[in-house]
Amino acid sequence: MDILRFATAGSVDDGKSTLIGRLLFDSKAIFEDQLEAVERTSRDRGTEYTDLSLLTDGLRAEREQGITIDVAYRYFATPKRKFIIADTPGHIQYTRNMVTGASTADLAIILIDARKGVLEQSRRHAFLTTLLRVPHLVLAVNKMDLVDYSEARFEEIREEFTAFASKLNASDLTFIPISALHGDNVVSRSENMPWYEGSSLLHHLENVHIASDRNLVDVRFPVQYVIRPHSATSQELHDYRGYAGQVAGGVLKPGDEVLHLPSGLTTTITGIDTFDGPVEEAFAPMSVTLRLGDDIDISRGDMICRPNNQPQAAQEIDAMICWMADGLKLQPRSKLIIKHTTRTARALVRDLHYRLDVNTLHRDESATALGLNEIGRVSLRTTQPLFVDDYARNRLTGGFILIDEATNGTVGAGMIVDAR
Amino acid sequence: MLQRDYTTSQLDVLEAEAIHIMREVAAEFERPCLLFSGGKDSIVMLRVAEKAFWPAPIPFPLMHVDTGHNFPEVIEFRDRRVAELGARLVVASVQASIDAGRVVEQTGRRASRNRLQTTTLLDAIEEHEFDAVFGGARRDEEKARAKERVFSFRDEFGQWDPKNQRPELWNLYNTKISRGEHIRVFPLSNWTELDVWHYIRREGIEIPSIYFSHTRTVFERDAMLLADSEVVQRGDDEPTFEAVVRYRTVGDMTCTGAVASTATTIDQIIDEIAATRITERGATRADDRASEAAMEDRKKEGYF
Repeated sequence: MDILRFATAGSVDDGKSTLIGRLLFDSKAIFEDQLEAVERTSRDRGTEYTDLSLLTDGLRAEREQGITIDVAYRYFATPKRKFIIADTPGHIQYTRNMVTGASTADLAIILIDARKGVLEQSRRHAFLTTLLRVPHLVLAVNKMDLVDYSEARFEEIREEFTAFASKLNASDLTFIPISALHGDNVVSRSENMPWYEGSSLLHHLENVHIASDRNLVDVRFPVQYVIRPHSATSQELHDYRGYAGQVAGGVLKPGDEVLHLPSGLTTTITGIDTFDGPVEEAFAPMSVTLRLGDDIDISRGDMICRPNNQPQAAQEIDAMICWMADGLKLQPRSKLIIKHTTRTARALVRDLHYRLDVNTLHRDESATALGLNEIGRVSLRTTQPLFVDDYARNRLTGGFILIDEATNGTVGAGMIVDAR
Repeated sequence: MLQRDYTTSQLDVLEAEAIHIMREVAAEFERPCLLFSGGKDSIVMLRVAEKAFWPAPIPFPLMHVDTGHNFPEVIEFRDRRVAELGARLVVASVQASIDAGRVVEQTGRRASRNRLQTTTLLDAIEEHEFDAVFGGARRDEEKARAKERVFSFRDEFGQWDPKNQRPELWNLYNTKISRGEHIRVFPLSNWTELDVWHYIRREGIEIPSIYFSHTRTVFERDAMLLADSEVVQRGDDEPTFEAVVRYRTVGDMTCTGAVASTATTIDQIIDEIAATRITERGATRADDRASEAAMEDRKKEGYF
């Protein structure tokens, strides 16, 4: 059994909570005491139906205001897979939350109300999903019951969205007509839509192939921590020196010739250690410890790669940035802390090329700053080289966060598009 | 693990993520510590810590906030496990906080030291200058926890501000804090109760005996079975009886209920949990029943 992480985008109006509620309920991940609490609260508020959004809206402020403020993580499992849902609010003022939820997602579900069709917010969700390179996208056309399960209506929406998605480089795109309220095509195929020949949503979630979404080609091992037991009792352990980290790309094997950055020196992997014994190969997302053949000065923030396949060692970086700070703005000359893989440096904003309208995709080149939830293309210079790939090639070596030196807050997320 | 198509099993993914989190803390903080209560989540967390730094020892101390109302079986287990690892254990005592006048003991039948723990915990964090504190909390436990970050910032009063949390993207964690502040770190955030049990089974990890079915003298209160003990104030209208029970969570004797169970092996426990229709905290924790936001309110004050 493996794990599928998926993000859901949409507002309560689109039936998102109903859909999640149904997935959780049908997979027995909602328990009686949770359901009772929700029913009690719904009743107290005079709601006629059981408001399943109360399950995911965990904070007092959210329940009081009836809105989702933050990303909520929900869990369920079927015999085939474990699922982690990042349930993100759909409104534009919560763009940063959607970006956060999408950053780790293998798949995103965008909900569309069949009566309303492709709205501005659907386009925004699709854009953000593609910007974050979520490998699989599902367009769940919901409330099919309210359009008489019309195939024509579904096809109309599919065509409109496909035309838009072609501008986005959207990856794997799947359309599923559903009724979350009545359960059509959610867990099992609907008898109300015999014209639909695809799988139910849950069947798709259980079977979508994700193992090859990881980068298994470019060896990238950011050194996270150096393990030196300094044991006084064991001679073997006294000299032990291992480089611990989580594989970010490629497949590493004992005997492989590898290159260390920043030194540029080559050496050989003599062993890949884990608590449970040595392993014959390591790939993402495994956390392992490498032993190397030569005594090279290696520390946290360094990168192990292959001599003929190296990341860019760059101090000049172009990236799409999603700005997440409330008061502070991003503008040329801003100085920030940048955290990329296991390396932390300082960064200077050299240029803001444009600000993107996330609804129309219009590039505003006259923009002078990025405010909360705004996205733009930015050039940065860093105080030390970072070992980067394009975000499109590897999300782990192409993504970074920005931290404000004054407040220590996380103020931005970046996706590298070019580096020198 | 199927090597051919590079699929990774759910427990391996969760373990790799938790190891990454622990190494990140060890690399970036000066004085981390790991909260170890002897409960199943902290037992799993401790095993992950062993794995993260092997063959070196765990590079931080363990801490237990001891209410004085713990199950003796669990304290015995705690001390044995700590000795096996050769780890350093800091015990922060709620009794000492009461004796020092830092907190006032509740009185009456429902008196519990649950809430008092927060002061003891925060005092200990301050005294030892811990800047990162590992906790075993999981997001599937409770709805306020479902919203909490893996690296959860605490201000100098130890408070959590749920509306002002740092965004957390990819596997990049912001570890920046000022003096006096700290970060609570939850490496098991993405684990479910069943994941924890599957992991305990896979790893063959020992757990305290009270997790398995046994006969115990209990009494009923609020539809929960509480252990009859000198630390629990029982009324005359609360008669005791013998029952075959086990504990699904391990907290204070005053607020942790037992569940009727005949499960004597990990396999049987897993079957039982897979079939249950009640959450673990709903079934067994009086502390969470106070109100819909009971956990959120306590967390804001600095609770686990």
